[in-house]
Amino acid sequence: MITRGRRLPRWTPYAVAGGSLAVAEVTEKTTVVSGRSGVVLVAVATYLVASTAISAGVEGRRRCIDRLAGTLLGAALLMALIPLVLVLGYTVAQGMHRFDATFLLHSMRNVAEQQPGGGAYQAILGTIEQVGIAAALAVPIGLGVAVYLAEYGHAARLGRAVGLVVDVMTGLPSIVAGLFIYAFWILLLGFSFSGFAGSLALAVLMLPTVVRSTEEIIRLVPHGLREASLALGVPVWRTILKVVLPTALTGIVTGVMLGIARVIGETAPLLLTVFGNPSINADPFSGAQSGLPLFIFNEAQQPYPAAIDRAWAAALALVLIILGLNVAARLLARVASTVNRR
Amino acid sequence: MAQRIEMSGVHAYYGSTLAVEDVSLTIQERHITAFIGPSGCGKTTVLRTMNRMHELVLGARVEGKILLDDEDLYDPGVDPVAVRRTIGMVFQKPNPFPTMTVYQNVAAGLRLNGARRGRGSDELVEQALRRANLWDEVKDRLHRPGAGLSGGQQQRLCIARAIAVEPEVLLMDEPCSALDPISTLAIEDLMLELKERFTIVIVTHNMAQAARVSQTTAFFTIAGAGQPGRLVEMGPTATIFSTPSQKTTEDYVTGRFG
Ligand SMILES: Nc1ncnc2c1ncn2[C@@H]1O[C@H](COP(=O)(O)OP(=O)(O)OP(=O)(O)O)[C@@H](O)[C@H]1O
Ligand SMILES: [Mg+2]
Repeated sequence: MITRGRRLPRWTPYAVAGGSLAVAEVTEKTTVVSGRSGVVLVAVATYLVASTAISAGVEGRRRCIDRLAGTLLGAALLMALIPLVLVLGYTVAQGMHRFDATFLLHSMRNVAEQQPGGGAYQAILGTIEQVGIAAALAVPIGLGVAVYLAEYGHAARLGRAVGLVVDVMTGLPSIVAGLFIYAFWILLLGFSFSGFAGSLALAVLMLPTVVRSTEEIIRLVPHGLREASLALGVPVWRTILKVVLPTALTGIVTGVMLGIARVIGETAPLLLTVFGNPSINADPFSGAQSGLPLFIFNEAQQPYPAAIDRAWAAALALVLIILGLNVAARLLARVASTVNRR
Repeated sequence: MAQRIEMSGVHAYYGSTLAVEDVSLTIQERHITAFIGPSGCGKTTVLRTMNRMHELVLGARVEGKILLDDEDLYDPGVDPVAVRRTIGMVFQKPNPFPTMTVYQNVAAGLRLNGARRGRGSDELVEQALRRANLWDEVKDRLHRPGAGLSGGQQQRLCIARAIAVEPEVLLMDEPCSALDPISTLAIEDLMLELKERFTIVIVTHNMAQAARVSQTTAFFTIAGAGQPGRLVEMGPTATIFSTPSQKTTEDYVTGRFG
């Protein structure tokens, strides 16, 4: 016979949590524990001990362990979410002050740092152009390398060497990528500062992320699908193009987004290659440009409240661009796969 | 256009392990040949050497000669892609393309080979699905994902996909192991119908099925774990199931194996 065993009522966790909080408050009043963080710590510890003890007493060993594990995992989730929510929330709260039409549609030309007004149009434009060009360079190359590594390179010595290079590049500090383009493109070849020089540095940084994440996804495509296609007499290249890549599409899109997110906030390489510019320069191929990270870096250094507000608004713009790109990419992937389905 | 396959002295390796040893046999044209034998004896491996799928496994290679109507399949001048186009295959596990609809799956062989979205393709798809005994079940959901079908339906979809390109030889690796008796019978009817024009090799663990559909049966076995599989004997199905020349064959077909 299966005995159901005694179970604690559903509201137990809430009751225990409330109790723990009360205990923590009292502890703060009566002992050396002080401050909000002290209270939270004591409350969490009390909760763990109390809920485990109560559960062990009433429900038995297995359910008690289950509860403990659940609590610990939930706590880990919270710990991970807290900084995320705080960063986003604070950025939104601070960024709202200046996130207006003027900010989005005007540049800093003829605006002194201490003045209110002015905007980040030139920086938003610059970032979109620089990251767009970087993606246009890094995504096709990265996808090509990933296909090579996943489909052909697993056995070849060249494949292993390329894999090693990609791994080393993953750890490349962004300032080094910037220095490299600065030394090579600007000093050696003699080009001027430009958005494109920044794109080159960003592409160098993006490439390994795109390669590694898309390679993993391509490897995950079941072997049976490749065989099914090959057995129909379809050549390998067409199998990759028509079967493997479409199957991996959503993952590839995620990989590309990871690559973009990796570089869109990079400041150091842009300082050396794009330089920064308070005025609008829509041409990424000549002359110094602005970019959101550069804009934030510059405004946040100013001792004026108006400038600090602009820095926050630019940070919000950056976050929103990343968010928008992610949503757009996901929609695109979904549309592409439903088009396939018709 | 049905074609005959002749293997002589074929050894198949996975890396350095010899999986199948010294197989010589002839697959008659317009015949159904059944491969039977215990699990792991190399039936799938032998089957895959015939359409050059074996070499797709990393490190796998084939020694010996395999002729398709006097043409050496492993001649350096032979294009493996052309071989696979001529010799179709249905796999043990159903593997429809997940990004494609039922319709696209069936048309995949034509489409992936670069055929334009032709007029005849609707009829071809319907005909292939009817032959695979799947049409009635999917005619209302042709444009839904192929992966949304049941396991048995998926397998019939894969059969439809394989026959839609009209191969001259069809290799079927336990095509009915996921099917109910009705679909199994339909597939067997299909095989009997296809055999008028095509050469068919079927791997099966179902003795009754081998007895029902095949004219020739080949019995493979393996001496023990780690040993290579080998062909014990091959002959008319009636003979193999009643008076085989080898004791091991008799033990196996009468269920006294092991
Ligand atoms: N991809 C592979 N890599 C290495 N060894 C393999 C591979 N595929 C099969 N083998 C080995 O080759 C031998 C023959 O396998 P095969 O799949 O041909 O057997 P089978 O007769 O089809 O068995 P079953 O009836 O279970 O399908 C087995 O010992 C198996 O372990
Ligand atoms: Mg097998």
